[in-house]
Parts: sequence; structure tokens; C-alpha cells
Amino acid sequence: MMLAWLLIVPMAGGLLAWLAGLFNPLAARIVSLLILLLDLAIALPLLHSTSNIAMPGNWMAGFNAPWIPAFGMSFRLGMDGVSWLLVVLTILIGIFAIIVSWDEIDDGVGFFHANLLWSLAGAIGVFVALDMFLFFYFWELMLVPMYFIIAIWGHENRRRAAIKFFLFTQGSGLLILISILALAFIHQQQTGVLTFNYFELIQTHTAGTLGFLIMLGLFIAFVVKLASFPVHVWLPETHTEAPTAGSVILASILLKTGAYGLMRFVVPLMPMAAHSLAPVALWLGVGSILYGAFLAYGQSDLKKLIAYTSISHMGFVLIGVFVFNNIAWQGVVILLVAHGISTGALFIIVGSVQHRLHTRDLARMGGMWTDLPRLSSFGTFFILASMGLPGLGNFVGEFLILRGAWAMAPLITVIAAIGLIPAAMYSLIAIQRAFHGPADEERDTHDFGARETAMMLVLAAAIIYLGVYPQPVLNVAAPSLNNMQPQPATAMLKETRAG
Amino acid sequence: MIAWQMSAGLALALFMLGLLGLLARRSLVFVMMSIEIMLNAAGLLFITAGMRWGNPDGQIMLILVLNLAGAELALGLILILRLRNRITNLDGDSVNLLRDVP
Amino acid sequence: MISYLWLIPALPLLGSVILGMFGPSMGPRLSGAVGTLSVGLAAVLAMAIALQWLGHPPAHSMYQQTLWSWINLPGFSINVGLYLDPVSLLMVLVITIVGCLIHLFSTEYMEGEDGYSRFFAYLNLFVSAMLLLVLADDLALLFVGWEGVGVCSYLLVGFWFSESANGYAARKSFVVTRVADIFMLAGLLLLATQLGTLNIQNMLAGAVATWPSGSLMPAVAASLLLMGGLGKSAQVPLQTWLPDAMAGPTPVSALIHAATMVTAGVYLVVRTHALFLLAPSVLDAIAIGAVITLLVAAFAGLVQSDIKRVLAYSTMSQIGYMFLALGVGAWPAAMFHFMTHAVFKALLFLTAGAIAMRLDHEQNIFAMGGLRTKLPLAFWAFLIGSASLAALPVISAGFFSKEMILGAVAAAPMPGMVLWGAGILGAMLTAIYIFRVVFMVFLGPVNTEISGSYGLRVAIPLVTLSAGALVVGWLETPETLGGQTIFSQFLSPAVGVFRHLPVSAMIPLTGIAAPLLGVAIAYTLYRNGTWARAATTEPSRLTLFLKSGSGFDTLYDAVIVAPYMGLVQLLRRDPVDQMFMLLRDLAVALHRQLRATQIGQIRRYASWMMAGSVATIAILLFA
Repeated sequence: MMLAWLLIVPMAGGLLAWLAGLFNPLAARIVSLLILLLDLAIALPLLHSTSNIAMPGNWMAGFNAPWIPAFGMSFRLGMDGVSWLLVVLTILIGIFAIIVSWDEIDDGVGFFHANLLWSLAGAIGVFVALDMFLFFYFWELMLVPMYFIIAIWGHENRRRAAIKFFLFTQGSGLLILISILALAFIHQQQTGVLTFNYFELIQTHTAGTLGFLIMLGLFIAFVVKLASFPVHVWLPETHTEAPTAGSVILASILLKTGAYGLMRFVVPLMPMAAHSLAPVALWLGVGSILYGAFLAYGQSDLKKLIAYTSISHMGFVLIGVFVFNNIAWQGVVILLVAHGISTGALFIIVGSVQHRLHTRDLARMGGMWTDLPRLSSFGTFFILASMGLPGLGNFVGEFLILRGAWAMAPLITVIAAIGLIPAAMYSLIAIQRAFHGPADEERDTHDFGARETAMMLVLAAAIIYLGVYPQPVLNVAAPSLNNMQPQPATAMLKETRAG
Repeated sequence: MIAWQMSAGLALALFMLGLLGLLARRSLVFVMMSIEIMLNAAGLLFITAGMRWGNPDGQIMLILVLNLAGAELALGLILILRLRNRITNLDGDSVNLLRDVP
Repeated sequence: MISYLWLIPALPLLGSVILGMFGPSMGPRLSGAVGTLSVGLAAVLAMAIALQWLGHPPAHSMYQQTLWSWINLPGFSINVGLYLDPVSLLMVLVITIVGCLIHLFSTEYMEGEDGYSRFFAYLNLFVSAMLLLVLADDLALLFVGWEGVGVCSYLLVGFWFSESANGYAARKSFVVTRVADIFMLAGLLLLATQLGTLNIQNMLAGAVATWPSGSLMPAVAASLLLMGGLGKSAQVPLQTWLPDAMAGPTPVSALIHAATMVTAGVYLVVRTHALFLLAPSVLDAIAIGAVITLLVAAFAGLVQSDIKRVLAYSTMSQIGYMFLALGVGAWPAAMFHFMTHAVFKALLFLTAGAIAMRLDHEQNIFAMGGLRTKLPLAFWAFLIGSASLAALPVISAGFFSKEMILGAVAAAPMPGMVLWGAGILGAMLTAIYIFRVVFMVFLGPVNTEISGSYGLRVAIPLVTLSAGALVVGWLETPETLGGQTIFSQFLSPAVGVFRHLPVSAMIPLTGIAAPLLGVAIAYTLYRNGTWARAATTEPSRLTLFLKSGSGFDTLYDAVIVAPYMGLVQLLRRDPVDQMFMLLRDLAVALHRQLRATQIGQIRRYASWMMAGSVATIAILLFA
């Protein structure tokens, strides 16, 4: 039941924030903040609980209620370690998103916060849904409010970016819908039962061309969301044009749903097809790493530069998922969380820069360290973190992914590791062009205040913690990784290999 | 007793006349009249079909068609009258506001 | 005492955190005090541990301290743990003591600079990372320190960030070493996959147990680690960043780019020497590469006009000697030269800084002159450092360590004599280029304005290091000079017993003669004005080639940097995005075509309807 509350609170809270915003913008902000704190209070204690509903695998919590029984759809939720980490990340990043919007969003405050909370609710739903149709429902719930956030509160080219975002996400949403319908129908053919229950569908035999096509549909949809090369094209523009809170949520959370979808659905549901696609996926990952890194170097818009670095990092995630071993998957989980924190922080910093300089153009920055030392030192810190500096969270993720990938695909691993050199190039050029160099322009020299410094310190502490002592996170994720290799999938794989 | 073929032939001829008028005339009043002729041709064909198969449905349909024609005529005339305020000569070709402007 | 080992890297880290958080509001005096004291306390602790160690060495002469479990997964785990043995103890002593002196020097040198506390925060962070590097008991943890020192080096080279050139130098130093680090990372991944652990001692034991000597796997692993070391230690082919790194403040050059960080490659090879012993071919490659480096750098040092660039090339060249020692398996000789080099090179850099302080940051040796009487402290310090660098016999520390290396090289099997010959040539060149600087800077007429005076915080480090540069050589002496072997005996539990192999008397005699000859040549060329003329005349192409460090920069710019930038420019506008834009263009084109049918004429529409109806009926009737 706690899981259902986890979703109801932000959904109802969105409505409440909207209503509050009609009377007073400040009320909307405070209501949203309280709603997310309440949600966090619901989510945190789940860590030490075990599911009261019998589900195969290791689950912390579960929930099941009938929804549309005629079509075998139910309101089935389940939370394991990976879900928990991502849900907590979602709520935390959501809190930061509300704080950064505090003096950035001035009109339509109530509706803005409603959209924010609904999008977060959708993301939480994606991370806990265990009914395929429900998953699709949350997937859409997460994206449509985000469309409004970009289209209404974005920067100069927001319309164009919002349409691009909408086309890509709706296209991938359609692929998900077709794939899960096809999967459900295959299951009905095999067993005579129409159901969208994850645990039932896992037992479907999905060998053959149709299974491959279903897997391909889901794969493409999730890879679009992950923003892997060559379907990343929505990401740079969307991230650039979205308001700061939107960019933070897009980069820190929505990208992660793609990776989550790959791990939770593609790999266990269609194991054979996923294995046969692995070489392609690995090369796509390598392509993303290098392509994102090269493009990031050439950007003159700081926000776009960071957007391209996300593409590069998600390449590591793609590789990690498709080498199918626990070490790499642990790396993926760590990298997802660490990237959520570091890139979220970077977008917050870029938002503050834009707030002060009224530009995102690197050519008009430079020498900011002279005027804004605190902002610049945090900026440098998080850029170095995102570069994969050992001792910080992203390195642990990347290192584990490479460690896990080496045994399966040494060549891919080596090229991916080489991708860390362009990563250094773009990181350093960003530091140089934004923070170092001569300070030419007269500008607002109002450095980070207490609110921003506190946010940055929390995020920095989190990224250091992940880098220095990731073991607790690894422990949380460990049992849930077995859920990604459920008994039916391993049995099917064994069968195929033997036959 | 008239052979149904003759009646159907008349209906076809009327329809063709109406169509010709619709395509050839530019005055909107004549266009309306041509449409009426075509509707009447359709009505005649219903009657003919009813006669051929000895079924009253055809006549019922005629009444429906006549009703429709009346309603349509009323609407059409209103549109023409409204248009007269905008254009002077009732030339159908000059009423092309739906054209997709590049 | 030894159980407080963890405090050694923790103290500078704490200093760095304090300076980073509160530095701007602390004021320069307190900042400098925190920065220096944190390293100073670490140095005191290190000395206490060393004293205890000398009295009662722990069992097996090593001490392990596991702090916490970093990553613990089935099949792969890494502990955050420290490992102290004679080699790392020596490194710790040098880093903390020399580091402390350089911090002390910096408090005066950096006075009045913007970002004073930031400087000490970075410097403390560097010391902490360097200590982690040498104390790590796991290669992955070593890599943390390894990258940490790289980042600190980047931040400190680009410390004066308002100059874009400094930023370029900083980026270059980081990216070139990052290239090397990727090799090292690949090496770590290979070792972790093949041997299942990165814990250095277990890994080495596993390597010795699983891999036969001379087989492929250890050779690959050793080469990958070596490439990492070559980058950090500025050896051919990854040496190009070091001269540019001189853009940083001079104490940084002294600490990072002379005494400590650049010797990390040497330390890495010594630490994993068991692996390198399994790969004799890699050891040969090290020796050959070292000779190339030491000659390239020595020739480049001959023609530089910036005092710091001369010292940078000399550092490169001296580390070449250390690698030469590694190549012939003379681990203690390499460590000995590391120690003496750390002392005399820090001394030289600090003296160069001390001179610059008084000369309004002048670094061009041709603009100086006659400083012998004006700056006696700097003169004597620089002379002692130069003597040590040139390995002038008996009076200098550098003599004993270089002699130890050359003796071991000469005794090595073929091509030992060839390598030895190159080493002797290098020694002579070293004497020429450093005494060229000495003569140019300290003799002749005074032609610059001199201002200010030295405080204690400059004098103490210079005097201490000068004393060190005179005496530390006596820890290990050739048989003719007493046959002292304290140093190699101290290291023997970690790297095995070192034997001074018998060589013909010609070898040490040549080693004594070469530097003296070099000084004589330098003096002759100074007296007849060759050096001074070189500053005013148009340089020949050979000079330019040597001055640029044998054209490696030009080569890399053409082969790597230019294509990279070309690719970046090519991709800048995201060609994939443009491809997706084709979809939009297709839709627009179709729209243009179909728009022609939408002309707003009722008659046209009616005829289309007619045609459509006829076609439908026709299909229904005849299909």
C-alpha cells in the first residue's frame, strides 16, 4: 500500500499545487516542496522492508489491485533495490528542481509545479510498475507534462524543442505500446490468458522473429529515451531549451528510465533476442561515447555542451547493460545515480549562470572565477566529477562497467576507455571557456548564496560518498540484479545454448 | 407501363446535365440549381428502383432526399446571400478562401 | 605509531578541505599556516614512523592497514588500504619533507597573489593525492591518487587562469597524461580480469604463479602500466607536456613537476617490478626509451633561454636516468636517484623562483647576469643544486646516485655498454647545460634591477635543501669511497638485495671525468661569448629543432590534434540531427506537391469528386 501512496501523493499533490498557485505562487512552491518531502518520507523507510505480496525474486515492497480486469490489466507495483535507488534519486532531484525554480519561474507557477509533480509521479510509476500496460500509462504520464514544461516555460526556441521532444517520445511510446500488446497476445496464444502481468509475461517463449521484433520495438523506444547515438537528436535541443528544472529532471531522471527499461524489461522478457542484439547495442554504446564527446567539445552553448556529455555517459550505460553480468550492472546502477547527481548539479549551475549573465554562450563567459568564485569552484568540481575523476561517483560506475565488459568484449571496452580522453578534452575546455580565462565583461557578480551553496554541498557530498564508499549502494542494488535474470529467462537462455 | 430502363436513362441524363452545369457554370445560383437537378436525378433513380423491385423503400427515400434538398437549398441560399455582401458577381471561382496560400 | 599511518594522507586532505571551505575568509597568514602545518605534521609523523621502523622493522618489513571496503562484489573487490614498505616509506618521507619545505617557501613566494588560500588548498590536495598514490595497496586505489595528482597538477599549472596560455598549458598537461592513464586503466582492467584482484601484492604473487617469464600476457600488462608511467613521468613519447607545465607558479614546478609527481612512473615500475621481471622485453624497451628521452631532453636543455624550461628538460632527462636504471633492473639505484633528484631539483626550482621574486618574475637567463654578488644565497643554493644535477664528483649527492645507475648499466648484459655510453654523453651534456645557466645568470655584469629581500621562509627551505643536496649521497657510496650501503640495505626487503657489480676502473673514472669536462666546455663557451651570441643571433634550424624538444609537438599537432579538431569542426553541427531534419524536409516537399490540389475552386473539387466516384464504381464493377 505504501507504494500506491508513493504515487498518489505527488499526483494529488500536483492538483493541490495547481489550486494553491491560483491564490498565491509561494503557496504552490511550498506545497510542492512539502509534497515531495512527504513522498521522500514514504520512500526512505521502504529500504528495510520486504514485500508483503508474494512475488518471485527479491522485492522490498509490492502492491496489487484490479484495474481493468477484462483485459488482464492490474495496478501492480513492486519495488526492488534498483527501483528504490532510482525513486529516491527522482524525489531528491525533484526537490532540487523545485528549489531552483524558486526565482526562475514567475508566471503560471501553480501549473508549472503541477506539471513537475505529475512528471515526477510518472517517473516514479515507471520505476515501480510491474504491469506492462500500467508501465505504458506511467511512461506517457511522465512525458506529457514535461512537454508542457518545455513548451511553456522554456527558452527562446522552446516550441521547436518541445515539438521535437514530443515527436520522439510519442514515437517511442507508440513502439512500446505495440510491443507490449504483441507480447501480451503471444502470451495469450501460448497460454490462453490475456494478461499484462510482468511475472506472467516473463514466462512467455519469445524466441524467433516475432520475439526479436518485440524486443526491437522496446529496445528502440528505450534507446531513444536513453538518448543513444543515433537517436539522441531530441536531447541536446530539449535540454538546452527547457527551463533549469526541466533540464535537471530530463537529464537526471528521464534518461534513466531508458536504462531502467532496458534492464527491467528488455533483458528479462526477451533474453535470447537481447543477447543476439548485444553486439549492435555495444557498438551503439561506443558510438554514443565518442560521438557525444566529440560534439560536446565543439559546442559554444554551455548547456548544449553538457547535454552532449550526457549522450557520452549514457553510452557507458548502454554497454554496461548489454554485457549481461553483475559487475557491469552494478556499475550501471552507480553510474545512473552518479550521473543523475553530477549532471543535475551542472544544469543547476548553468541555470544560475544564465540567471546572472543572461546568456549560455561560452564566448561571452570566461573569467567567471574572478567574479563568481564559489559558483566556479562548484562548476569545476562537478565537471571533473562528470569527467570520471577517480574518487568521485561517476568513476566507480564507469570503472565497474569497463571491468565487467572487459571479459565479454575487450575491444569494445578498450574503445570505450579511449572515449575517456575526449571526455577530458571537453571537460577541460568547458572549464577553460566558462570559468578560466580573462574576465572581459562587466557582469552581475552576485555569487552563490546560502540556498544555492547548500544545494551544491549536498550534491557534492553525495557524489563524494558514491565515489569513496559506494558499498552501501552496491548492497542495495545487489539482490535486485537477480530480478533482472529471472529463472524463466536463464532457463530459456540455457535451452537455446544447449539446442 | 414505362420500362424501368427508360426511367433510369432519364435519371442518368438529368444527373449528367446537372453535373455539366456544376462543372461549367460559375454563377453560384446556377451551381445550386445544378445540384438540385442532380439530387432530383438521384430521387428519380430511387423511384425507378422501387418500381423495378416493387418496393416502397424507394419512395420513402425520395421523400428523405426532397427534405434534404430543401434543407440544403435553404443553407445554400443563405451562404449565397451572405457571399453577395462580399463579392458582387456571385462568381464561384472567386470564392477560394480555402486555397492553401504558399 | 605506525597505526596512525592513515593520518599521513589524511592531514593534508583535511588541510585542503579547511582551506577550500573557509580559505577565502581566513586571510593569507592563517591559510599559509594551515597549508604548511598540515604537511608539516604529516612529515613529522612520517619521520616518527621511519625512526620506529629503523629501530624495529615490522615483520616481513611491511605494514598493511585496511581502512574500509571500497567495492566488494562477488568476483571483484577493492579495499581502501595502505601498504607501507621501505619503498613507500622512502617516498612518503621525500614527499612530506620536501613538500613541507616547498609549502613554507610558497607562503612567502605567493604573498600578495590573488587566490592565496586556493593555492594552498590545491597544493595540500596534491600532497594528499600523492601520498595516497604511494601508500595505496591496491592498483585501483593507486589510480585514484594517480588521477588526483593529475588534476591537482592541472589546477596548479593553470593557477593564474586569467592568462589563456596558462590554461592551454594546463589542459595539455592533463590531456597528455590522461592518454597515458587510459593505457594504465586498460592495464588495470587486464590484470583484474586475468588475475581477479588488483591488490598489488596478491596481484604480483598471482602473476608470478600463473605466467611464465617472457610470455605474452605479462608483457602486455607491463607495457600498459609502463605507458601510464611514461606519461606521468614525461618520458618519450609522452613527454611533451612537461615544458609547458612550467606555466604554473614555480613552487608548483618544484613540488609536482620535479620532486614528486613526475617520478610516479618510476615508483609504479618499482612497486610492480615483479611483473616487469616477467617481461624482460619490456625492461629492454624501458632502457632504450630512457636513453632516447635523456638525450632528447639534454639536447633541448642546451638551447633553452627560459631558466624554468632548462630545469624542466633536465627533470625529463634525470627521470630518463631513473628509467634507465629500471630498464636494467637496478631498482635501488632508481630509487636513490629519485631521492637525490627530489632534493636537488626542488632546490634548483625554488632557487629559480627565489631569483624571479627579486627580478620581477624574470625567467630569461640572457636577461640576467652578475647575480653572484647580489644574491649570494641564491647563488650558493643554485650552485649546489647544479653541482648535484651535473653529478660533480664527491661533493654532490647527484654524483653518487648517477654513479650507481651508470655502474649498474655498464655491468648489465648487452647492450649495456651502449646504454652506458649514452648515459655518459647525457651526463656531460647535463653539466654543460646547467653550468651554462649558472655562468649566464651569476657571472658577468648585472643587467637587471633587483628589489626586495629574502625572508626566513625562503631562506630555510633553500638552506635545508642545499645541505641535503650535499650530504644525502653518502647513504650509498661506491666501494672506492667507503662502500656504504645503508640505502640499498634499507630497500632490500622490498626490492631485493642490490649488488654493486664489479666493473672495470674505467667506468667510474669516465663517470667522474664526463661532468668535469662538461663544466669546462660550458665555461669555455661562456668565456668566448658563444652562449651570449646565441641569444642575439638568428637561431639555426637545428637549434630551433632542439629547442622545441626535437619536434614532437609539431608531429603530434599534425598527426593527432589537427585531425581531432577537424573532426570536431566536422561534427559540430550534429550530422545525425541534420539527417533527421531530412525527414522534415521530406514532409515539407510532399506538402508543396499536394498543396497544388487545394486551390479553393468548387468546380475543381466537384470534378475530382466525380472522377473519384467514377473510378470507385469502375473498380467495383470490373474488378
